[in-house]
Amino acid sequence: MMQWALLAIGAPFTAFALIGAFPWIRRTGKGAAGLSIAAISLSLVSALFLLTRYLQHPEPQTLSYVFAPFSTVSPITFGILVDGLAVAMLVVVTVVAWVVQVYSLGYMSEESPSSLGRYYAYHSLFVTSMIGLVLSHNLLQTYVFWELVGACSYLLIGFWFYKPEAARAALKAFWVTRLGDVGFAIGVVLLWAAAGTFTFEGLFSAVEHGTLGGQLLTLGVLGLFVGAMGKSAQFPLHIWLPDAMEGPTPVSALIHAATMVAAGVFLMIRIHPLLAATPEVAFWVLQIGAFTAFLAATMALVERDVKRILAFSTISQLGYMMAAAGAGAHVAAFFHLFTHAFFKALLFLAAGSLIHAMHTNDIFRMGNLWKHMRWTGLYFLVGGLALSGVPPTAGFFSKDEILVGVWQTGEPLAIFFLFATVFLTAFYMFRAFFVVFFGDREAEGHPHESPGVMVGPMGILAILALVAGFFGHGLEGLLSHTLGVSEAAGETAHVPGSLPWIGSLLGLAGIALAYLGYQARTLDTRAVYTRFHPVATVLERRYFVDDLFLALYRYVYNLLSDFLGWFDRYVVDGVVNFLTWGTWQVARAVRTVQSGQVQDTLYAVVLGFLFLAYLAMRF
Amino acid sequence: MVFWGNLLNWVIWVPIVAAFVLLLIPEQRTRFQGWAVLAVTLVEFFLSTALLRAFPRAGYAFTLDLSWIPPLGAGYRIGVDGLSVLLIVLTTLLTFLGAVYSREVIRKHVRTYWIALLLLEGLLIGVFAARDLLLFFLFWEAMLLPMFLLIGIWGHERRLYAAFKFFLYTMAGSVFLLAGVLYLGLKAGTFDLDALRGVAQNLPLHVQTLLFLGFMIAFAIKVPVVPFHTWLPDAHVEAPTVGSVLLAGVLLKMGTYGMLRFAIPFFPSVAVRQASLWMALGVAGILYGAWMSWVQKDMKRLIAYSSVAHMGFILLGMFSFTVYGLSGGMLQMLNHGISTGALFFSVGMLYERRHSRLMEAFGGVAREMPVFATILGIVAMSSLGLPGLNGFVGEFLSLLGAFQRSHLLGALGVAGVIFAAVYLLHMLRQVLFLTPHQPREPLMDLNPREFFVFLPLLILIFWIGVYPRPFLRVLDAPVAEIQRVIRPHLSTSLQTRVQEPQHTPEVYP
Repeated sequence: MMQWALLAIGAPFTAFALIGAFPWIRRTGKGAAGLSIAAISLSLVSALFLLTRYLQHPEPQTLSYVFAPFSTVSPITFGILVDGLAVAMLVVVTVVAWVVQVYSLGYMSEESPSSLGRYYAYHSLFVTSMIGLVLSHNLLQTYVFWELVGACSYLLIGFWFYKPEAARAALKAFWVTRLGDVGFAIGVVLLWAAAGTFTFEGLFSAVEHGTLGGQLLTLGVLGLFVGAMGKSAQFPLHIWLPDAMEGPTPVSALIHAATMVAAGVFLMIRIHPLLAATPEVAFWVLQIGAFTAFLAATMALVERDVKRILAFSTISQLGYMMAAAGAGAHVAAFFHLFTHAFFKALLFLAAGSLIHAMHTNDIFRMGNLWKHMRWTGLYFLVGGLALSGVPPTAGFFSKDEILVGVWQTGEPLAIFFLFATVFLTAFYMFRAFFVVFFGDREAEGHPHESPGVMVGPMGILAILALVAGFFGHGLEGLLSHTLGVSEAAGETAHVPGSLPWIGSLLGLAGIALAYLGYQARTLDTRAVYTRFHPVATVLERRYFVDDLFLALYRYVYNLLSDFLGWFDRYVVDGVVNFLTWGTWQVARAVRTVQSGQVQDTLYAVVLGFLFLAYLAMRF
Repeated sequence: MVFWGNLLNWVIWVPIVAAFVLLLIPEQRTRFQGWAVLAVTLVEFFLSTALLRAFPRAGYAFTLDLSWIPPLGAGYRIGVDGLSVLLIVLTTLLTFLGAVYSREVIRKHVRTYWIALLLLEGLLIGVFAARDLLLFFLFWEAMLLPMFLLIGIWGHERRLYAAFKFFLYTMAGSVFLLAGVLYLGLKAGTFDLDALRGVAQNLPLHVQTLLFLGFMIAFAIKVPVVPFHTWLPDAHVEAPTVGSVLLAGVLLKMGTYGMLRFAIPFFPSVAVRQASLWMALGVAGILYGAWMSWVQKDMKRLIAYSSVAHMGFILLGMFSFTVYGLSGGMLQMLNHGISTGALFFSVGMLYERRHSRLMEAFGGVAREMPVFATILGIVAMSSLGLPGLNGFVGEFLSLLGAFQRSHLLGALGVAGVIFAAVYLLHMLRQVLFLTPHQPREPLMDLNPREFFVFLPLLILIFWIGVYPRPFLRVLDAPVAEIQRVIRPHLSTSLQTRVQEPQHTPEVYP
């Protein structure tokens, strides 16, 4: 079994190493792409194989390797953990990565060969790191690959580095997530200092036996959550994700929708026993998740850029997952991660197809595209329905489970946020849908359907977006060993049976409102916009959070830096120069004694003689 | 026979003798000189790696103990342990690469340049090999001269100011060192390290404290520890590329090496007492250096300040006196030499192309020089501690050690990691990315010679990052040695913490 896990991670790494080490492979472009796709196919096969094997023998397995040996203290080990959670996540990552890499052949066809080779090299490195993160059996290794996926994200956002916005967005993404990573690193090391191990198993058993607890545990888990907030774009560290849309669209689908941004949620699910032992942290995970879900959805209401709408939607859905993880509904959180990966990747790829055809991101410069781009429209519709939680699409089942899980906590604010967001989500999604595919405006240019290499792979995701909801039960079985089934079995009693219906009705209401506003035009959206102009401005400026960070950076960090620069040059170095100058002055003063005149020297000799004579007489 | 049969002895004296032999070659025959120096430094590198291969797991190897100035008790005593060997190999590698690089860059006083370079190499190795305090001091001081010449003759515009500042600042520190050396040596009647150790530890505490501070000031200036760092940016900015590489790559390590080899083992009780102070200074260096890097517009200044930050990690790890911290600190000494050396080479190559070190003079370099851009990207990532590359291993181990002693200092050190991302990525964006405002003449990508300079450094960056085991194994004995000396002086509660965190059995084998 372990050899399959090693193959899953080894194949993309080999592809990366080959493309990276031999420039001629990179310069072939298509060759590098083929190599990379072959590697991810191998990973996909081994992931599916692992899945079937694990379903037959649900026994977690591990493999350890000493990374840093020490003779007197315990070594630092890396390793692979194959359990239900890891296998399920592995399947998600490899499926989406495979689809995206094939799709990219069409999407990136206008790139020069060497640029295409670079693109696939980054992709292979990303897949390697992501799989390493998923299969990690300890926190340190998670941190290592966490940083590496961050670096790949940086490289891919800035893929078109000559565009100033792309270079800026890449930098912003890296800085903001690294801000979260400070928390992560501190958390990892605090837990290690308290428990003496990095491994999940060791940490969990330490919590169970009570050797790990108290303030250290709380601070440690809080640190990990801060890291997850950065990676999974939770308020207030969400600001990097909308800007990250400067990268190529397939990258957004893979990294900034389906896999890497979900790593924060994955981590929270992975450390669920620690989260359960620190209810105060779990409380904040729930609240921040729910708040983020609502906040991001409101910002999507006024956005014009189709990719940014999806980015806000991703932040919002990650908020759902976070809230579920905080509420203790780990299976629901992972279930939503699972379905969301498919339908959000699908939406992004459909958006990519639009952008590929239209050469613009602005939904109000598209219109009436249904007749030109039937397949893309269909996929966008499927994704939109799943995102809005309309039965029987995948999103309906997973979102419902989250709503149930959060309902059980009885936190009124979080419950309100999540239910309101269902409505908002359906509205903004279908606003985009109606404006782009119907609407009275004719699209500019010559809209055309994308090539088969792009449309074909999207079909796989579309099917998954439709049916993945029915895997819920199987997923629960898969995860039962890792997560336990306690929450799923017992306490559903006091949840009203109408909850799923309320959820889907809210979703349908959102769709209906979007229809009235942007298709039937019975509601004058422009008038609403003008009437609530101040609110709209706040939303368009994204609640001024970006501005706040910018102001902190510009007026606090930079000014402080400038002050320190002045201090270093004129005070720290000033002291040094002053001492030198002082020595110099003293030397000059003393030097005048040595005039070179015979009579001066004679005086000195006489005086010295008298002085010595005086001393001789005294003693 | 003993003298001739000692490999270490050869490693020390081959470059120094070669420097004098170079005087016999006529001044104008620069091509021949270049090849000769290349050959010597290559042979020297292989000789030093032979040291590594024949190296035992514990104690000192290649020892030699000859009488030198009997009335003083000073002897010609040399020998190496794991730490010294790694630093010696680093020195020979960087010198060889420096020679490869310089061959087509240095235009004036070529022969003198080669002589200075070879002398510097030999003397640096002597510093790391000396097992006699007076001998060490001799190498330590003599090394200043060739470095002074490198900065003062082949440097940039304000080279004389920088050279004098470098020379006088470090000399000022050395005065305290000399006082300490003489006091100890005369007191003990010998300068043998092992003998001195026993004598030093039995001195009255206030004397020990004074001597410790004397040693530490000299070493702290060399490291440099904040606030003794202001000579460094000036020296780096004015030094020629290879001067900067060796300055950052090797010279700074003399400071931390001196602390580990002399200050701490001689005065362990004082060192333990002051550990928090020096750890705090390390953290101050990390944060201050990183912040100062951010303000710089000159790339060399930026990297110089980043050195202050990286050396802070070493200090932080070392003075935690834990296995993790000491190993991390020592490994970081090597890592910093590799990454910062490579960074200075990169800036040098950019400077040659556009005669500017200012970031704003560049932009869009990634399009014109893709190979160079990839390399600079990797090197910068290694410097900011990206996992999978060498910087991470050293920094993270240092931080682990720091955490075992103080959560606060450890956490502050971690915060320093993010600052490294801020300034280094800012530099990458300015230099490699964006598009320049006005069209400039395009830059040529790396030629094979320049690529060859980077190649070994890149291999090491990946090697240490992915498979640090052999390096940690070499450092095992030196770490254990420091621990052995330090342990009796730790308070009991600290002893358990420093040796091992509360240990729960690993569930996985």
